[in-house]
Amino acid sequence: MTLTASLVVAAALFGIGLFGALSQKSFVMLMMGLELMLNGTLLAAVGFWAFTLEGAPKGQLLAILVMAVMAVELVIGFALVVAVYRKRQADVVESLGTLKQ
Amino acid sequence: MTNLAFYTLSALAIWSGWRVFRVDSMIRATFALMVSFICVGGIALLMSADYIGIATVFMMAVEMTVMGLFMVMFMMNPAGLNPMQMVHQHRFSIGAGIAAFIGLTVAVLATNLPNNPLPAGRDTLHDLGVELLGGSMLIFETAGVTLLATMVGAVVLSSRRGRFGDSDAGAVPPGLQPGGQPAGRKVEKSGGHGGHGGDGSHDMNMNMKGAPKSDDAPHKGHGKMPEEES
Repeated sequence: MTLTASLVVAAALFGIGLFGALSQKSFVMLMMGLELMLNGTLLAAVGFWAFTLEGAPKGQLLAILVMAVMAVELVIGFALVVAVYRKRQADVVESLGTLKQ
Repeated sequence: MTNLAFYTLSALAIWSGWRVFRVDSMIRATFALMVSFICVGGIALLMSADYIGIATVFMMAVEMTVMGLFMVMFMMNPAGLNPMQMVHQHRFSIGAGIAAFIGLTVAVLATNLPNNPLPAGRDTLHDLGVELLGGSMLIFETAGVTLLATMVGAVVLSSRRGRFGDSDAGAVPPGLQPGGQPAGRKVEKSGGHGGHGGDGSHDMNMNMKGAPKSDDAPHKGHGKMPEEES
């Protein structure tokens, strides 16, 4: 269990999440990709705290902030999905083209 | 022993994260994501970040349950019973994911990372509690206020109508001529895949288009009710 190993695992999670966020059509699956990217970020933050800071408690605050970002992303994302579906009956990315110019 | 647990959890986290986008059933994808999160929480526990690990497990258990609910509500194919093409720009996405992984890994391996590990026997939980309610209280409170603002924003975004009419009443651009059509582009037609648009979708569209005229009467009647009572 080293810092390098945990960062490589975090990079793998981030890469899979990026793949999912770019490739999925459905909004909910796209959000799962974003969550997976944040999962990797959380692991990297915890790894940095555990191996480079000699246990200074301030390092864990970054991980707590990442968790807050996760919650915000999920809540606002679902609210947007509900709003868009109510307005346009759309649940895939392709059906939103208003900003595409 | 710790190493074995770390590598097992890491492999499980990556594998279940990969399964999220490979399984047919969306509920299974949700639970695969939950397994991935729980593995990361376990790794945090191994790194003696007790609070982060436990909080991750609790938070993700709830979050993925909610996500499963939304999956059933909004997915075109929740149970994976009929085969569908659910991805787009597939090759580009695979390339971007692999490029991100390789780039980050090379950056990690090429960097001379500092090595100041956690001293044994340090009471990290106690330290974190003192820090959260002491020196770094502002950060903690800022996260709390952000979550409160998020709750308000979620209610505003997802409510169908506000106190004075439809929730998007002010969001329609004004007409180019007085009384003319609204400016801007037309709203696109519906999503173009089967499975939705049965009940309730059509009269909701009608409501949107005829909002100023036909919706006026019920709104006024609704708004008057408290006055009549008082």
